[in-house]
Amino acid sequence: MADFLLELLSEEIPARMQAKAQADLARLFEEHLAAAGLKAEAIETYATPRRLALIARSLPAETEAVSEELKGPRTSAPPQALEGFLRKTGLTQEQLTERDGAYFAVIEKPGRATASVLAEAIPAIVRAFPWPKSMRWGVDSASTESLRWVRPLQGIVALLGEDIVAFEIAGIKSGAATVGHRFHHPGCITLGGAHDYVEKLRACHVIVDPAERRRIIADGAHKAAADAGLTLIEDDGLLAENAGLTEWPVPLPGAFDPAFLEVPREVIQLTLRTNQKYFVLTGADGALAPNFLCVANIDASDGGAGIIEGNRKVLAARLSDARFFWEQDVEVPLAEQWKKLSQIVFHEKLGTVADKVERVAKLARWLVEEGIVGRTLSPGGRGQGEGVRPSGVPADSEPPHPNPLPVGEREKLADLAERAARLAKADLVTGLVGEFPELQGIIGGHLARAQGEPDEVADAIRDHYKPVGQGDEVPTAPVTVAVSLADKLDTLVGFFHIDEKPTGSKDPFALRRAAVSAIALILESNSRVLLRDVLAFARNSYREQGVGGVEVEPHGDTVRAVAKAAYETVFMSSVFDFMIERLAVQQRDRGIRHDIIGSVFALARAGNVDLVSILARVKALQSFVETPEGADLLAGYKRAANILKKEGWPPSVTPAQAGVQSDEGLDSGLRRNDEAEQVRNKELSYTPENEETALIAALDSAEPRAAAAVEAEDFEGAMAALASLRAPVDAFFDKVTVNDPDPAKRTARLNLLLRIRDAVHQVADFSRIEG
Amino acid sequence: MGSAPLSFQKLILTLHDYWSERGCVILQPYDMEMGAGTFHPATTLRALGPDPWNAAFVQPCRRPTDGRYGENPNRLQHYYQYQVVLKPSPPDLQDLYLGSLAAIGIDFTKHDIRFVEDDWESPTLGAWGLGWEVWCDGMEVTQFTYFQQMGGFDCKPVAGELTYGLERLAMYIQNKDNVFDLDFNGNGVTYGDVFLENEKQMSAWNFEVADTERLFDAFRKAAAECESCLEKKLPIPAYEQAIKASHVFNLLNARGVISVAERQAYIGRVRDLAKGSCQAWMEHEGWVA
Repeated sequence: MADFLLELLSEEIPARMQAKAQADLARLFEEHLAAAGLKAEAIETYATPRRLALIARSLPAETEAVSEELKGPRTSAPPQALEGFLRKTGLTQEQLTERDGAYFAVIEKPGRATASVLAEAIPAIVRAFPWPKSMRWGVDSASTESLRWVRPLQGIVALLGEDIVAFEIAGIKSGAATVGHRFHHPGCITLGGAHDYVEKLRACHVIVDPAERRRIIADGAHKAAADAGLTLIEDDGLLAENAGLTEWPVPLPGAFDPAFLEVPREVIQLTLRTNQKYFVLTGADGALAPNFLCVANIDASDGGAGIIEGNRKVLAARLSDARFFWEQDVEVPLAEQWKKLSQIVFHEKLGTVADKVERVAKLARWLVEEGIVGRTLSPGGRGQGEGVRPSGVPADSEPPHPNPLPVGEREKLADLAERAARLAKADLVTGLVGEFPELQGIIGGHLARAQGEPDEVADAIRDHYKPVGQGDEVPTAPVTVAVSLADKLDTLVGFFHIDEKPTGSKDPFALRRAAVSAIALILESNSRVLLRDVLAFARNSYREQGVGGVEVEPHGDTVRAVAKAAYETVFMSSVFDFMIERLAVQQRDRGIRHDIIGSVFALARAGNVDLVSILARVKALQSFVETPEGADLLAGYKRAANILKKEGWPPSVTPAQAGVQSDEGLDSGLRRNDEAEQVRNKELSYTPENEETALIAALDSAEPRAAAAVEAEDFEGAMAALASLRAPVDAFFDKVTVNDPDPAKRTARLNLLLRIRDAVHQVADFSRIEG
Repeated sequence: MGSAPLSFQKLILTLHDYWSERGCVILQPYDMEMGAGTFHPATTLRALGPDPWNAAFVQPCRRPTDGRYGENPNRLQHYYQYQVVLKPSPPDLQDLYLGSLAAIGIDFTKHDIRFVEDDWESPTLGAWGLGWEVWCDGMEVTQFTYFQQMGGFDCKPVAGELTYGLERLAMYIQNKDNVFDLDFNGNGVTYGDVFLENEKQMSAWNFEVADTERLFDAFRKAAAECESCLEKKLPIPAYEQAIKASHVFNLLNARGVISVAERQAYIGRVRDLAKGSCQAWMEHEGWVA
């Protein structure tokens, strides 16, 4: 048993690639060993900017000998078959055994020296290593077939126990020598083996374990922050990056001119973090401190004073440029900048960003005027600069019926929404966003505030791109919701109109994200959006601008009018279905059953729905069907529906209406309330069974209660009404024969089953629910 | 840094000596406006083909949009790059490079030198490479690249390219916060004495005055001239016209008259000219059929 050490020394490996390279190396090594029948007791991997290393513990000296039995031709087969088999196995006929009328050969494979397995495996691993990007270099690169590595490969250490595993890759011979820290220990080091690797390199100022380097940086950073009475903003990504940039990390604290703090905080943070890879610090009040923490890769002879001063100067240069842009941008009102948006193309078929802003402003205003956005707010949604909360906090704790704002206030809010929408994209043409594109919106928010726009407007500009994907904060401040929602719906409608829908994994315009974000905005802010109306409004704005393709106007031409109407229907349905599908996916992630969503959305497809109400219904239904009452009622419903289907009842209606699973199922149930009314009022021509009477009474009571509860969006109430049917339905099926020979009884009882089904369909299409 | 820091011109002379001693051809700047030393034919065209090539030179760079009327201590619309091209890339390129830093007075026991991932790509040259930006105490002082493709052709063999930002390095070495305070000659002349007025006037011209109609016209003419040279199988003059078109495009961009939509089309046009010139060069030298 011996430990194996492999070190691949190269020029600097990008920090972001090191962790995956460690995992890939371990995986490939295990695979190659396993293919040879070897297994290490444990595998450790290390990475620094200059090396990728692996230690495999306790490898046997050689692989086990194996004998393998091979079945040959039947003994009765022609001699050519036997000859072929002997050639293939390299044996003589005497060495074969005969069993069950066939020849068998036993092939003995002797054990192989582990060193020779490794000498083959390592070059194979290196040649096929899955770097995200790799390159050629040097004299060999005269051929494009030369070795590729992430950066030029400089040396290979391969030691099994204390012995060199000899091989050569692209002119580099494996050996026992490596180098220490580039500046602390520029010379060669000879390694003894896996046992001294970590400590010998540590003695040469290289900490090979990235986890240890992360710890050193984190501890040093916290200590430096505490010494200065400041708080470190924790940042795991930055920690890993700095650990990937250093072999001997030395955290050093520095400070910058507090005058730079007039530049927006996000700009400073981005400059420190992304450009310079510094940690950011805050004071006791949470405000940004004029300090930074950088991580050097050397124990400087002056204690780091020169390094800190150098870094301070670089930062000052960057921040002074940012301040130059800030001072320049703040002088130009956003309403002025906005004019330049007509120079920026949104999409070649969908006009300029100015066109988009115009549409979004109109839609945002309309959303408020219609009372869709900005009814009485939930407590969390009021106030400046705090109008966001983490997504995933359910909105259903809020009253289902927020009161509309008084008309005057609504107009005021609509003005703010329109203003915010008009200015929301103006920062795209500012110098600061040119320098820091990832701060779009945020910079606009700062500029708006500095230029005296109301806080609601500045907040909306800042947050109108949110939520960006799942898990991002979802705005709830009404002006922000109006702008953000309008922006996303406009995008969806536009791209669907020019037929740029997502397909498979391709979604170049991030329409799935736009849909999910729009849904999150609607649900979190409890906005009562009738989806079809809103989509129609957004669609109409494109038409008014003549953007997205000019359409043929009807001009009394009936055919064209019909074609156009058909197109609109199909178009609207496609956007609508897309959104409902995203909602279903999004809710499924939150534990809402797919079949329950389907049962309620069968209704949504046909109607002009309000997502908040629909979702409340889904949740109530799921709770209900998971109770014993719900499960029993569902069973009773299914029995009723099956009988109706089997009997083809009612005779005049389509199979779809008879409870067969279909998109129209629920809708038909709702439409035929009049018919149900007639059935109910009809006097029975016979004396009903007790259970029959009881069921009629239960339906008489439950139907109006369920209908009223649904109307009031009291879905728990609706479920309670349905639950009251469970016992009478069960008793009915126990005691009463539906298919009575008396046609009058049969008809009446089938109609009774119809009433059960229709009553249930007031809430959802139960035929879609599993169980 | 021990003795007195190098003046700006001494910095250049020291690098010239260093790379000259290591076998480089020391060239003078190309006499055309260009955005980066990489555009110099001694880089672009010489990076193509199998022949060894080692050269070092200073190249003035024009970045019209970076002009700040001489008011920003760090940004200039005209500055100098020191460019080294070594083909094939030598196995000890990193050590050679670090040797040049030591030669200009950087003390590795007191300063933090880092190779930070930065993959280089030039859409207008149809070129890319892998490498780093080299940091000295957090400041990017050099772009270090192994060219993989140039003009759309695989580099066979690969050339190593070092691009030093001379003003930044000098500010670092001389410990100056403002580029215009740099000691130019070690004898009382500052960088500002030489270039401040130039920055003011050129910024005004770049941003405010340059006649855009004449610039559009110049772009068209350069492009047409490039194509006519390509027809006549003269890759070097063709490439010069591509350089000219690229610079005129940069000027138009600074004048803010190229919309986002048009931008891609202009870049594509320059790329076609540059790639066409590279293609013609490869054909002329007999490296492709």
